[in-house]
Amino acid sequence: MSILVYIENREGKFHKGAFELVSYAARIAKDTNTTVVALSIGEITKEEMSRAGTYGASKVITVNVPRLTALDNAAYTSVIEQAVSLEAATVVVLASGFTGKAIAPRLSARLKAGLVPAAVTVPVSYNPFVIRKKTFNGKALAEIQVNTAIKIITLNPNSFGLHEMPVSSEIVEFQPAFSERDFGTKVLSTDKQVGKVLLTEADIVVSGGRGMKGPENWGPIEELAGLLGAATSCSRPVADEGWRSHTEHVGQTGKVIAPILYFALGISGAIQHVAGVSSSKVIVAVNKDPEAPIFSVADYGIVGDVQKVLPELIDAVKAFKANA
Amino acid sequence: MKILVCISNVPDTTTKIKLSADSKSVDTSGIQWVINPWDELALTRALELKETTGGAIEKVTVATVGTAEVEPTLRKALAIGADDAFRVDINPQDAYQVAAELTGLIKANPYDIILCGIESSDYNGSAVGGMLAELLGIASVSSVSSLSVVNGEVQLTREIDGGKETMVSSLPFTAIVQKGISLEPRIPSMRGIMTARAKPLQVVPSFGTESLTLISGFKLPAPKAACHIVDGENVKDLIRLLHEEAKVI
Ligand SMILES: Cc1cc2nc3c(=O)[nH]c(=O)nc-3n(C[C@H](O)[C@H](O)[C@H](O)COP(=O)(O)OP(=O)(O)OC[C@H]3O[C@@H](n4cnc5c(N)ncnc54)[C@H](O)[C@@H]3O)c2cc1C
Repeated sequence: MSILVYIENREGKFHKGAFELVSYAARIAKDTNTTVVALSIGEITKEEMSRAGTYGASKVITVNVPRLTALDNAAYTSVIEQAVSLEAATVVVLASGFTGKAIAPRLSARLKAGLVPAAVTVPVSYNPFVIRKKTFNGKALAEIQVNTAIKIITLNPNSFGLHEMPVSSEIVEFQPAFSERDFGTKVLSTDKQVGKVLLTEADIVVSGGRGMKGPENWGPIEELAGLLGAATSCSRPVADEGWRSHTEHVGQTGKVIAPILYFALGISGAIQHVAGVSSSKVIVAVNKDPEAPIFSVADYGIVGDVQKVLPELIDAVKAFKANA
Repeated sequence: MKILVCISNVPDTTTKIKLSADSKSVDTSGIQWVINPWDELALTRALELKETTGGAIEKVTVATVGTAEVEPTLRKALAIGADDAFRVDINPQDAYQVAAELTGLIKANPYDIILCGIESSDYNGSAVGGMLAELLGIASVSSVSSLSVVNGEVQLTREIDGGKETMVSSLPFTAIVQKGISLEPRIPSMRGIMTARAKPLQVVPSFGTESLTLISGFKLPAPKAACHIVDGENVKDLIRLLHEEAKVI
């Protein structure tokens, strides 16, 4: 028996999100008296792999096959399926992100294993196996009971945190087998920025709305984000107007994010916007309108002109960092 | 080619969610039901493809799994422009059951391109499309932000972490679509509403599938504490609070 956790390796490195997943799996393993096996696909050093041991993975399996360079949902499903049977996994944990959303449903159907997508808690009970997830864009929590022998969970980022639990970990290479129906898709070209903080995984996000007045005013947002190691995002009209790239649009029709800290600058806080950010741990709003709905979801707020407040915020962060 | 768009019937986003007295279910009284926003964009894209590919797409069908109450949503999809509709008559218990029922339907009525939204705004599961592709044994591409058909070949863009990829897929396949697939959802025209009444909407009995999970109950999130308003003349104080009180920086 084991808990299998699929962790993504980006350009040969594990990111914080990967370690959060291992921590989460380690907690389930502790509760159920078993161990954690981490699975990584792609080229990675032994040294980097052993870092998963810091968070409780007593075994790390690496699969390094050139055909898996690009994600094919069916082929990746096959790899995880084989690891599940090899390790007699009873629970499989993936991130509720791009890759997890692509693979977990296929894996669930292939193994006839119940899926809890976008979970926000560890199991609230093990017998029956019940986990909470957000539903209705965060307006209610549902308790999902899984009735199958194998359970699959995708975890929302930043919902468990990092918990060190050092163990010595064995590193194993694995050569999966593929069938004819794997690799039905082919990637022709990839256009990817590396080294930038990913919006969906960032701890801190600085977001601007129509109250920013125009794209020329985004300099201070970028500066604040740079100081905090944050990603930038925007409301839908800002992307629609072309002030910012569509990839930054958060909300019901954009990306759903769950950072630890979200700055809403000149954003009214419409329900469709909040649907994408309500899982943030702390929301800070700057808006000149004290009645703006964003203040009813924010934890901290400043009522004022964002053009005036933002430079002061930058100075305050600089001063804070100088003293830290 | 034939396109199937899988439609989920969901509460309008602005709906206030109330629970039943025993918290076992959501109180559906007064809810306004709509086509799941992603599915609406998927349908819009399917219709655009049909209109712009010179006969390459012969038909756009919509399907949903649900009891008779969801029919107005299917009629709306017909009014927007779908050619015909299927409803599989069962109240599904989870995403797997939805996918399994749709699999039964698709095995009896094959399609080349199956479109699903990236998630439904009720259970936020992001699950049906991938499960369906797996059960059918066909390829799936997730997070699809553009889809075109050129000389009988499907070309796609998918959004990946930090960028995007252009790709091709074997047919048949399932595209799980998100932002960008179409810019604005189409709204039904008066004529569309009139003709929708006469379009075929076939009710199919359940394929006798099972679910893998169930919802044992709901909880409403704890009400949020009032916003702490910091004086705009003292922005430093905000940073101090974020550090000392909220402990997030
Ligand atoms: C089906 C549907 C889906 C949608 N999906 C999304 C979505 O995914 N994401 C999304 O964001 N929206 C979405 N919307 C749009 C949403 O309803 C709002 O219209 C949008 O979020 C508003 O963006 P905003 O807050 O930037 O702009 P506005 O509503 O224009 O608000 C600007 C805010 O800035 C403040 N302001 C103005 N000047 C200043 C200043 N100098 N200093 C400080 N504050 C200032 C104003 O008081 C106001 O509160 C959707 C709408 C629909 C109907």
